[in-house]
Amino acid sequence: MTDKMDEKKGGLEEIRIGIFICDCGTNIAGHIDCSAVTSYAATLPNVVYAKENLYTCSESGIAEIINGIKQHNLNRVVVASCSPRTHQPLFQSSCSQAGMNPYLFEMANIRDQCSWVHMQQREGGTEKAKDLVRMAAAKAAFLEPQKDIEASLVARTLVIGGGVAGLSAAEGLAGMGIEVILIEQKSELGGLLRQIDTLGPEGDKASERISGLIGALKACPNVTIHTDSKMQDIAGYIGNYDVTIHQEGREEPIKEKVGCIVVATGALPLRPEGLFGYNGTNVITQIELEQMLKNKSFDAKDIVMIQCAGARCKERQYCSRICCMIAVKNAMIIKKQNPGANVHVLYRDMQMYGTEKEQMLWDARGMGVRFDIYDPDQPPEVKDGNVRFFQPLLGKPRDISYDLVVLSTPMVPREDAPNLSQMMRVAIDQNNFFMEAHAKLRPLDFATDGIFVAGSARYPATVEEARSQGLGVASRVATILFKDKLVTSAIVAEINPETCVGCLGCQQMCPYEAITYNPELNACEVNTILCKGCGCCASTCPSHSAQLKGFKPQQLLRQIRAV
Amino acid sequence: MLDVGRHPNIELLAYSEVEKVEGEAGDFRITVRRKARYVDEDKCTGCGACKEKCPTIVPDAFNRGLGQRKAIYSWFAQGIPSTHTIDPQYCRQLNGKKCGVCKKGCKADAINFDQKERIIELEVASIIVATGYDIFDPALIHEYQYGKIANVVTAIEFERLLSASGPTGGHLDRPSDRAIEAEIEELEKKAAKSQKVIGKFEEQHGESSAEFYTRYEKGEFKGDEEREKWAERYKEHLAIVEPLEALKKRAEGFSAAKRLAFIQCVGSRDARFYPFCSGYCCMHSIKEAIIAHEHGSETTSTIFGMDIRAVGKGFEEYKVRGGNNSNIRYARGRVAEIIEGPDNNPIVVYEDTRERKVKEEEFDLVILATACAPNSGVKQLAEILDIEIDRFGFYKTSANQPLDTSRPGIFVCGCAHGPMDIPESVAQASSAAARAVQIVTASEKLRKAS
Repeated sequence: MTDKMDEKKGGLEEIRIGIFICDCGTNIAGHIDCSAVTSYAATLPNVVYAKENLYTCSESGIAEIINGIKQHNLNRVVVASCSPRTHQPLFQSSCSQAGMNPYLFEMANIRDQCSWVHMQQREGGTEKAKDLVRMAAAKAAFLEPQKDIEASLVARTLVIGGGVAGLSAAEGLAGMGIEVILIEQKSELGGLLRQIDTLGPEGDKASERISGLIGALKACPNVTIHTDSKMQDIAGYIGNYDVTIHQEGREEPIKEKVGCIVVATGALPLRPEGLFGYNGTNVITQIELEQMLKNKSFDAKDIVMIQCAGARCKERQYCSRICCMIAVKNAMIIKKQNPGANVHVLYRDMQMYGTEKEQMLWDARGMGVRFDIYDPDQPPEVKDGNVRFFQPLLGKPRDISYDLVVLSTPMVPREDAPNLSQMMRVAIDQNNFFMEAHAKLRPLDFATDGIFVAGSARYPATVEEARSQGLGVASRVATILFKDKLVTSAIVAEINPETCVGCLGCQQMCPYEAITYNPELNACEVNTILCKGCGCCASTCPSHSAQLKGFKPQQLLRQIRAV
Repeated sequence: MLDVGRHPNIELLAYSEVEKVEGEAGDFRITVRRKARYVDEDKCTGCGACKEKCPTIVPDAFNRGLGQRKAIYSWFAQGIPSTHTIDPQYCRQLNGKKCGVCKKGCKADAINFDQKERIIELEVASIIVATGYDIFDPALIHEYQYGKIANVVTAIEFERLLSASGPTGGHLDRPSDRAIEAEIEELEKKAAKSQKVIGKFEEQHGESSAEFYTRYEKGEFKGDEEREKWAERYKEHLAIVEPLEALKKRAEGFSAAKRLAFIQCVGSRDARFYPFCSGYCCMHSIKEAIIAHEHGSETTSTIFGMDIRAVGKGFEEYKVRGGNNSNIRYARGRVAEIIEGPDNNPIVVYEDTRERKVKEEEFDLVILATACAPNSGVKQLAEILDIEIDRFGFYKTSANQPLDTSRPGIFVCGCAHGPMDIPESVAQASSAAARAVQIVTASEKLRKAS
């Protein structure tokens, strides 16, 4: 095998490696002998040029790489310096600038992994740096030129869901000049907002907000809206999705090609069957209260609201974020309509985060809304016009009579969320909310490229938050679709169909679902757009048919054997 | 940060301030003052050789004064850009003294003491304000005695104490203990000096100072000027060594802080200061308590709060997990006052609303979850940008257009908009970008049409 490899190497062109050793000021040179490493590097096989730089990343350092490539006809470059995480892209682009294929570049980390960890061991550190440089040079000799992978992009986006988040995403996208197809399950746009009366204690009408949002969207060009529609199938990948939409009353499915997908399917308030004597008449939910307020059938005088009804419990551990605000808002609306009404809110923690919400809590207290804590271990008992709860401040139970009990129930994911998540191959969490790529830093992305999430489909959100997230998703999509084509790294896996036996071992290991089985060839195939170059398949494959470019066995073995 | 620093479409103007904004959405002209760093940005590679050589030690603002830095510095190790900056307030050279050590030490030749601030002009279609917030000064709440009791710290100071790259290398050393250790170090230096002085006498007379002093006390050397001097020096030495020994003995008992109290709503939900809820502090305290427990499994934390607002995705679960696995106790209520007990231990006075009793509880360290205060420059910038401020002191937006300020083409996101946590800030930043791009798109269309 060795002979064959050498033949391959020698057969094409002479290998000419240039090595640049960085002092990093004193960060490296202060702890190891960089001059010794440089003279050593010059003696390595295939190395025709070795140079020590004060800072390889500085303007003059970069110029030395470029000149080195030109003057010494280098076809491999090794930089021994800091971390590839921060500097590899810079060095690679310098290589391309000089006309060398950037995938023929290799880096040795002699700072973070050498000089910094062996600060008091100059001799040993220097020897280790030599080892690292020798390994990198050995691998470099076997690197192969690669081309970045390019794919076409369809500059259109599918938005699933016509609530606040979906409408805002569509408006944002259209406003940036990106064509939008929006589908909505119901016959009208607006989502959950359609069932809500007011949006704040001042009595802003939800219906007006919806018509405003719909009006803004309809004024945008390049927006197609399909109501009464559901997702039937999704195939493809970032840049090129084929979606099939089923529209009620239509026999032929609608087929669309899109580059990105936005999931804004929202959530629903829980129906608290069996909780606190829920009956839908005098023990109701907040959303039912909204309906009563909307159709002006509300006339209760003694109202008790119970928070966390079906939330922050065994079945649903999460806090639904927005129910406290809804309760306070409705309590204030009731007090405004009838200052003589008694509104009593029983709660565990009032989740009035931020500026306006906390102010609402102060104002509600000022209006005479009563707030009392209850202990989840001793939940309120609702029975025959009376709510009994244990009041910890007084250390004894208390009774409040009611003519209406309103349960603040959490938002729960839609029943079809798991189905949709499977169709799109995106993750959902233990509560069936869609799961973002990173809880903190990528709240609107899925781990799957090209698909995004906004609004209560991710987690319960206020109208303002849903709007914000919808607009945010629009710019996430724009970062992809504003470009002419999709360019990704060439460091991906490839599977040799001649040796692959189709065992599917790699398919099971692939975290990105980038591998498919081709029955005609009885072999697995890699979708290079979905592949992230993690190498799981290559390390699993029993026949070495799956290999990762830039990390092929002969390259890694050369590197390892150089130790 | 790295992505921003490296992005081909982003020009980063750090250490700069906006002076003037003219024009309108789609066509703003902005005047920016680029402050003098006294370091050439194109040459500086961020290696840090300069700060190793710099002789001037100043309190490190990034570490909230708990650590030290040099007069030439980078704000923190991973900062972008990595360009260093000379602090003109402290730099010897810039204050007319002889120095220039950094310049000699800089192999990239990046130091330029003659650098002047520059005014530059930018032309942009839209503006995004992301100026963040300030930390409320808890010294204003007298009953918590911040600044008077050493072991009452703010959440951000505690964050630095927990950090592996912080002033204590991640050890939960108490500020009072650190102060004593610093004093010991100082006294040891003095003791070594005075030891040298008396050592000379001892050598000369072939006798230990202690033996000599006993004899001297008995009056053996009356009128001997040389020995009078020795006695005098020895007394001075004792005056250093005796308290030093006492402090050393005390320091033997020092250990990492183990009993922690977190006090929520310090400056927030308080009509005297900020009426609003700062939103992120409950989770911040829980996180700090969990990490402190990871540092030492015997660490216990009590979080005192009116409500524990764990409202984000996975937050309630995190809170419950902290209670079950990380020795966190959640105590409902607002702490009335903090007093200092024995061994510099703060004592928290509060009413236990469950037991309906006023209690005093001793801790090793108290952490104040300080409010998210509007940025101190908020008014000045609002004037420059000609945008409105809301009743809470943050930039004003509307519920319908949550990113839009009162002036078209200017948007706001993050804590400049109101208190919020990281995921919300990140999501909002994307939304503000979308709004800003809409303006760019519209103005490009207009330009093409005309």
